[in-house]
Amino acid sequence: MNINLTLFGQLISFGVFVWFTLKYVWTPIMGALEERRSGIADSLSAAEKGKHDEELARQHAKEILLEAKNQASEIKAQGEKRASEIVDEAKDEARAEGERLLTAARAEVDQEVNRAREQLREQVAKLAITGAEKILQREIDAAAHKDVVDSIANQI
Amino acid sequence: MAGDTLTSSEYIKHHLTNLTFGQHADGTLGIAHTSAEAAEMGFWAIHLDTMFWSLLLGVLFLYFFKKAADTATTGVPGGLQNFCEWIVEFIDESVRGSFTSKNVLVAPLALTIFIWIFLMNLMDLVPVDVIPLIAGWFGIHFMKVVPSTDPNATFGMAIGVFGLMLFYSIKVKCLSGFMGELTFMPFTSKNPVVQAIFIPINFLLEFVSLIAKPISLALRLFGNMYAGEMIFILIAIMYNAGAVLGLFGGALQLGWAIFHILIITLQAFIFMTLAIVYMDMAHNEH
Repeated sequence: MNINLTLFGQLISFGVFVWFTLKYVWTPIMGALEERRSGIADSLSAAEKGKHDEELARQHAKEILLEAKNQASEIKAQGEKRASEIVDEAKDEARAEGERLLTAARAEVDQEVNRAREQLREQVAKLAITGAEKILQREIDAAAHKDVVDSIANQI
Repeated sequence: MAGDTLTSSEYIKHHLTNLTFGQHADGTLGIAHTSAEAAEMGFWAIHLDTMFWSLLLGVLFLYFFKKAADTATTGVPGGLQNFCEWIVEFIDESVRGSFTSKNVLVAPLALTIFIWIFLMNLMDLVPVDVIPLIAGWFGIHFMKVVPSTDPNATFGMAIGVFGLMLFYSIKVKCLSGFMGELTFMPFTSKNPVVQAIFIPINFLLEFVSLIAKPISLALRLFGNMYAGEMIFILIAIMYNAGAVLGLFGGALQLGWAIFHILIITLQAFIFMTLAIVYMDMAHNEH
């Protein structure tokens, strides 16, 4: 229980221990703790940022989807419009064609009628001449009386 | 038990004597064989047991913490690292709570004080006769295994803290500021004559309170540990007094040891906290 040199021994060892702790224990451990803390903070903020990005991407996807939907319905409407246009055109064309065909048929019929009428007229003229020849029972100069016969034929 | 042929008072005295190395009365260097011889050696002697155990424990503490610091990674920490980091964070929190200035030395100082004192106090839980008995086999007569029951150890640390206090007081506040704190407080007066009268009174008060800091630090730890050790020794004497008293002594020792776990931790914590507070006072103007 005497105070002696041990006091200085203890004082010096205490000083050395404190110095050692400061230099080789406290500083590296606190450094590691600090590094880990900042690492965790970084990870957390990165996670937060990722979440935010995901939210943005989801919103973006939603917008794109909406736009695509709009475009699709627009295209569908256009298609329907075009289809009805095509049908109308086809109808018009068909109608015009029918009319054209009808007109052509009518013209042909008219032609046939005219031709038949011409033939009839010629035949009637021949018949008239034959009849007249028979009636007159004499030789008639066909050339001299042709104008007469023709006029008769025309009157038919 | 070492004391079959000893009386109780001899047994106690034996347990309270350090292994002292110094100059004998006849001028030769050597280890004191009796407490009287040890006392005669005076100031220029050294307590080998105190030095040995405190250095061993200090080196042990630094070895494990250095190991943890070396392997300290930013990844997932292992067991030893976790334990050391837990203590470091606990100390760091205590320092942050009581120390308001900036000084990188204070936290390592607190860590060293806490762990070292705790380990030295922990030696108290080793049954009082075990290590002296083992030492006796090697021919060592005296062995006081708890360094903190040696006032040299506690005063050594307290003087270290006191030196740092003085150093930082003067460094932060300059010599004039520090002397001002010692002489112009707590009594002040606008009147220069009254103030001049107050100076010696202030100095007396402040000087006593300044000196009381390291002395109270050292004596509180020493007193607590010495008393605890003494109780263990007294309980150990009961083992010689028959089976019933011996059993009773065993139960008492167990109870006291469990209670002592609280004391050794508390004393280490008090020493550390007061050291932090004193360092804080050294950095701040009152």
